[in-house]
Amino acid sequence: MLLIYCPYCEEERSELEFRQAGDAHIARPTNMTEMTDEEFEAFFFLRDNVKGLTYERWRHLNGCGRFFNAARDTVSDKFVTTYKAGLPKPDISALRPATEATVETYEATESNAK
Amino acid sequence: MSGANRIPGAGRLTPAKTARFVFDGKSYAALEGDTAASALLANGVHLVGRSFKYHRPRGIVSAGAEEPNALIGVERDAARKQPNVRATVQEVFDGMKVISQNRWPSLSFDVGAVNNLLSPFFAAGFYYKTFMWPKQAWKHVYEPQIRAAAGLGVSPTEDDTDHYSSRYAHCDVLVIGAGVAGLSAALAAAKTGARVIICDEQAEVGGALHYDKSVTINGLEGFTWAQATAAELAQMENVTVLPRTTAFGYYAQNFVGLTERVTEHLAKPDRKLPRERLWQVRAKRVIIATGAIERHMVFANNDRPGIMLASAARTFLNHFGVAVGKKIGVYTANDSAYEAAFDLKRAGITVAAIVDSREKPGEAVLAEARKLGIEVLTGHAVIETAGKLRVSSMSVARNGGGRGRSIAIDALLVSAGWTPSVHMFSQSRGKVAYDFESQRFLPGTYAQDCLSVGACNGTNDLQATIEESLAAGELTSNASGFTASQKTELQGSNAFAWTGGMAGAAEGAGPDTTVKAFIDFQNDVCAKDIRLAVREGMHSIEHIKRFTTNGMATDQGKLSNIHGLAIAAETLGREIPKVGLTTFRAPYTPVTFGALINHSRGELFDPTRKTPMHALEEAQGAVFEDVGQWKRAWYYPRAGEDMHQAVNRECKTVRDVAGIFDASTLGKIEVVGPDAAQFLNLIYTNSWDTLKPGRCRYGIMLREDGFVYDDGVVGRMAEDRFHVTTTTGGAARVMNHMEDYLQTEFPHLNVWLTSATEQWAVIAVQGPKAREIIAPLVEGIDLSNEAFPHMSVREGKICGVPTRLFRMSFTGETGFEVNVPADFGPAVWAAIWERAEPMGACAYGTETMHILRAEKGYIIVGQDTDGTVTPDDASLSWAVGKKKPDFVGIRGLRRPDLVADGRKQLVGLLTKDPKLVLEEGAQIVADPNQALPMTMIGHVTSSYWSENCGRSIALALVAGGKAKLGETLYVPMPDRTIAVEVSDMVFIDKEGGRING
Repeated sequence: MLLIYCPYCEEERSELEFRQAGDAHIARPTNMTEMTDEEFEAFFFLRDNVKGLTYERWRHLNGCGRFFNAARDTVSDKFVTTYKAGLPKPDISALRPATEATVETYEATESNAK
Repeated sequence: MSGANRIPGAGRLTPAKTARFVFDGKSYAALEGDTAASALLANGVHLVGRSFKYHRPRGIVSAGAEEPNALIGVERDAARKQPNVRATVQEVFDGMKVISQNRWPSLSFDVGAVNNLLSPFFAAGFYYKTFMWPKQAWKHVYEPQIRAAAGLGVSPTEDDTDHYSSRYAHCDVLVIGAGVAGLSAALAAAKTGARVIICDEQAEVGGALHYDKSVTINGLEGFTWAQATAAELAQMENVTVLPRTTAFGYYAQNFVGLTERVTEHLAKPDRKLPRERLWQVRAKRVIIATGAIERHMVFANNDRPGIMLASAARTFLNHFGVAVGKKIGVYTANDSAYEAAFDLKRAGITVAAIVDSREKPGEAVLAEARKLGIEVLTGHAVIETAGKLRVSSMSVARNGGGRGRSIAIDALLVSAGWTPSVHMFSQSRGKVAYDFESQRFLPGTYAQDCLSVGACNGTNDLQATIEESLAAGELTSNASGFTASQKTELQGSNAFAWTGGMAGAAEGAGPDTTVKAFIDFQNDVCAKDIRLAVREGMHSIEHIKRFTTNGMATDQGKLSNIHGLAIAAETLGREIPKVGLTTFRAPYTPVTFGALINHSRGELFDPTRKTPMHALEEAQGAVFEDVGQWKRAWYYPRAGEDMHQAVNRECKTVRDVAGIFDASTLGKIEVVGPDAAQFLNLIYTNSWDTLKPGRCRYGIMLREDGFVYDDGVVGRMAEDRFHVTTTTGGAARVMNHMEDYLQTEFPHLNVWLTSATEQWAVIAVQGPKAREIIAPLVEGIDLSNEAFPHMSVREGKICGVPTRLFRMSFTGETGFEVNVPADFGPAVWAAIWERAEPMGACAYGTETMHILRAEKGYIIVGQDTDGTVTPDDASLSWAVGKKKPDFVGIRGLRRPDLVADGRKQLVGLLTKDPKLVLEEGAQIVADPNQALPMTMIGHVTSSYWSENCGRSIALALVAGGKAKLGETLYVPMPDRTIAVEVSDMVFIDKEGGRING
């Protein structure tokens, strides 16, 4: 079970208190009615399935109730940082440890075998 | 006497403290502190089970958690019995009932043993090849047959009457394992003042000190030192010592799961105590001191009862005082097994020979063996064993061939060396590294804040282990800001340093042989199976594992993985690390469902939500239904009525007289603030600017994709205050949806949202006499139609308590919804009922509510809509503000698919035969005579018998439905095809006059 730092409570709390809420930094357009179908598709439907660093929204549901953003590594499942909603993407290179322990994966084992 | 093989003066158990237990119907004596394994061995019982696949007789292999063979059922009573318990960890208690498994009719005569003769047909991977066809047979013939034949224990069928508990704990240092390493580390950490938890899976701390009597630490015999140290630790306020506690899983950020077996060893446990306790520990640092597990030798017929690990035989002798045989042989590739021979010899047991596969054993152990007069055959191998239900002889030959010489024995102690227990380290996602010199996997790259110490870290020497562990204890404490005032010092010594070890098949079980040389006892995997898997093209160790099932049994390959890997590497012609190690996963040893579930069962499985009036409704005879977590009154049968009759009566009564209904479960959100109306404009399709305080409006909420998300009536209490209602099931997600938009998309709006679902009790009073019923109870509100028209809200008092009184209707009748603070709900319900009952009104439940709303064509979001329905599909276009510049879903509604012709639209359906009630979910076709598969054009969403209409009614989603009014469609059912006519959605009071009565 992960510990997640809530940027509003300024405290690490158990994952049980939080809910993931989709990708971050996708602002709802202010000109909704003028969007083309393609623009709407890109805004609402299309998402990257990132392997590695991803930015996502979380809600401290069973806590302060606030939505915030997080930078998380989908491979190591580690939170790199969390920050308040509305803030720009932080500079991750400054926050990441230089060497990340790699995770044992089936693919890695396979390549060993070859 | 507690067994003929108990050696007087040996072991640490107290001869006077006896217990009796039953094994397969026969009563045996044991001593307190015995495991089922030690007690059976004390009584000369080696045969304890049958193997999984071949049903071969099997005995006790180990003395610990790694046991692959000796799985037993342990029974207290019919409800409290547990299958697949390892006999080596189950402590004996007086009156314990033990049952052997996987044999029929008895352990010594097992019909399933015919599998052993048929074994050429059961080669590795045979499941995948043999049972391919016919396809149907897998489900109905093969799988049930295989499951019956290849089995483990039988689960109890009764509910478990034990209870289990759960605890969260935080500490600076968690020490896993309480052998020399763990205790040393815990001691050093504890003395700094850090919060320490130390756990060990065994009943008593000590680890390897259980068997190694030669160890002394600070002048004390090793095991005695361990108990003294544990006692010292237990008295410290900052330390928790947990014996009988297994760390089974190592999760992210030093979150470790432990199970503590609280009463498993007690004859008459206090029923107040939990059987097991789950500990969820969050540790700042973890010290892994899990030791090492001895491997067996891989040679022909190495699985007979009586063949066991050398360290296990030492444990049985030195701790339990039990000799595992009268004339023993030793087969080893490692020095440690010699010490087992020495201990047994000194206890008066005959040691027939030590067979060592190496030409050059350690000099010290060799000299000691000679001194004790034990024959040592170096450069020799055991190439065969004999004995039906217990080993009776071994065949010994020189390495490289030659005829075997048979030596009579009744137990054979084996050791191929030690495998460091890197399970916890690997589970923490640390990467193991192969050490070529010592031929073992050791902790390599760490991924979490933990340290491995002692044998699991590859440290062999006793004093080195102590010093490494003391340093780790201090270091991990320092990380939490604790420092020691003085250094902890421990001096240890033991008899011999060990050399040697091998992995893979021994002499006589090599690639040119077809002997049954078992590597995985529990899954009956032999050396030749691994080779077969490689020949058949499995080159990854993960494939080999799955093809052969090596390491997939409940022991998860604690003995077999390294042997399997070595044989695979040899067959592939690669180095071991190039073949790779399979991933270690939780749990380390099996965990009971009881421990994991603990309190979350029965009534505590999920919260039950009851409305404030629940008890009154119960007293009125309500039958309840589950709606999410809520219990809702479903219908109120009177004497002699079935559900159908009760519901028909309720439906009639509401329209003829009146009815009262508990609507408290509706979601309620208080939306407050200067920008409240603007916020609702964005959240709902409707416009709220024009809604005056004191008036209500039915609102529709969409998702951004344009589909209906929720609906409900919203009352404007004041310019800046709205009382929003949602569907019962949607309350939580609508609140989340609103918060999401308010916090992240519209943060400039000055609005507060408060969930008020449980703050209000809601009593709906519906029907022609509704006003008459409540009028005398209401103060300060003019209830006349003119002053208080349909879709209005007023604040005043009812029965003397404050109310928000809504004039609204989900039945099509004149209706009121009385909102009062939750605590007043029962009193107000009672007062209303007191007036309603003499007038001939009734209380009605959710079933009647559903029918009455369907008679009026009111939809239920989630029943008549399914997340692909637009407001227009549901004939609710009128509720979408056409002039609004923006709302959630405005763009989605204009998507090509959502404005296309032929969309499924909600319509009414009337069966041609009015008595027939359609099935909800039934499919609809235009032409019942078309070829299969038919083109389905929709489905029934709601369907009821309407007593008020005197016929059945239904709502359905039908492609292009609104253009099909009056047309005949068909509902094909298994036994007949039902003709239906498409109608509008209102079945009663089409003009809608009753609502304004």
